[in-house]
Amino acid sequence: MGNKKRKLLGLALVAAMVSPWSLPGPAGAEVFDLDSMKNLYEKVSFDHDMHIEITGQNCTECHHHTAGTPPTDALCVTCHANSPEAADPSCKSCHVKDVFDAENMKKTWDTPLLHHRNKPSLKAAYHQNCLGCHEQNGAPTGCTDCHAMTDAGEKFYNAGKYAPETKAESHGGGHH
Amino acid sequence: MKKINRRSFLKGGLAGGVAAAAAVGAAKNADAAGDFGGYPDSMGVLVDLTKCIGCRTCEAACNKEQSLPMPDKPFNDMSVHEEHRHGGLPRRTTEKAYTVVNKYEVEGREHPLFRKVQCNHCQEPACLTSCFVNAYTKTPEGAVIYDPKVCVGCRTCMIACPFYIPAYSFSSVINPVVKKCIMCYDTRLKFGRPPACVESCPQQVMTFGKRKDLVELAHRTIESRPEKYADHVYGENEVGGTSWMYLTSVDAPFEEIGFDVHIGKQPIINYVKEFLAIVPMVLTIWPALFTGFHLLATRKDAQKNEESAS
Repeated sequence: MGNKKRKLLGLALVAAMVSPWSLPGPAGAEVFDLDSMKNLYEKVSFDHDMHIEITGQNCTECHHHTAGTPPTDALCVTCHANSPEAADPSCKSCHVKDVFDAENMKKTWDTPLLHHRNKPSLKAAYHQNCLGCHEQNGAPTGCTDCHAMTDAGEKFYNAGKYAPETKAESHGGGHH
Repeated sequence: MKKINRRSFLKGGLAGGVAAAAAVGAAKNADAAGDFGGYPDSMGVLVDLTKCIGCRTCEAACNKEQSLPMPDKPFNDMSVHEEHRHGGLPRRTTEKAYTVVNKYEVEGREHPLFRKVQCNHCQEPACLTSCFVNAYTKTPEGAVIYDPKVCVGCRTCMIACPFYIPAYSFSSVINPVVKKCIMCYDTRLKFGRPPACVESCPQQVMTFGKRKDLVELAHRTIESRPEKYADHVYGENEVGGTSWMYLTSVDAPFEEIGFDVHIGKQPIINYVKEFLAIVPMVLTIWPALFTGFHLLATRKDAQKNEESAS
């Protein structure tokens, strides 16, 4: 953990050295902890700066129409061609953690904003947004490449020390 | 008085029977015109197969939610995607796994497509109509559930199901019963919550909501990205409609990823209900009717016998 902390501190220092106004995004918090799945997985340290860099400062790549840059998706353009930067452009400000909460379900189905009707949860927003790019650019795509499993996670997946004993010949799925 | 002989008696009986059958048939047709079509506010799930990455998290969630036995391989072991049953068929649902994710390599497609299999919770379930002990129930929430205490293990539902879903607990010597997905009815659906698999999915492949809203959403999704989605909502009309519906990629049509597209739009019961409607009539009315005719026809003989005896 100490190593991780040092790395984090280093990144913060680097972020502080780069003049804050040259980069968009919230100053002083350039590495985010994504922990919406912390029950099964360790949190992910998301390096925002690095992603700003590799997208060529094109915030639209991830932020659709909330970062003040014009959207590229034709569906978003229909309404958001000139949308200003949102007060809070962070993922979690639009993508809620529990989309199946009764209140949210009602809001989701009642919204007149047609393309927002099937808005993914925070967890799904990350995965849907990240995986495509990661694959195209050779970045990690395996589950545990980004987040290590917790003990509860290993239990849930019957993995690690909770894995079933391997049989000489597996009969998984009944009939082979 | 016209003498009733056996020929006229049979003719009359048959004519009557046919007339009655026709009347019953007509009544049933009138019913069929306004098919049941499912409970109005029932819930459903829309599965967007283009989003599935085959991670098997839904399988793990199902296993835990339904307290199913330990799997043969860990749920993060992706080698199961290469497993095939006898005849090259992909994995199917079993007594130990109410849902499985299968991989399909489609020609001309860069990536494989993954398909989650579980009970589709038909609007007019064939398993339910085939069950002679009425173990099955279609709940107003949309789930097709069953009472294992009533199940006699005849496995008729396994033959009736057009999706090959119900599995059988062959491992149980004392009380083998049928086992299948119940849409997490007991623990979640009846409290308005989505099934465990839906909630666990990292990609939110599945959308939970009222079935009628999902049908609308499905068509809107296809309309908004016609270059991405095939123009077919599987389950909207198949076998009279199912609570679980599917969208697929335009380059991976349903027939190439294991879906039966020749299944028809009629509920399975429609193929047999006219015949089945005649069964109670044949079994109850005919014996009484013909016994009556027989008694009438032989009354004189019986009287004669009595007179000669006295």
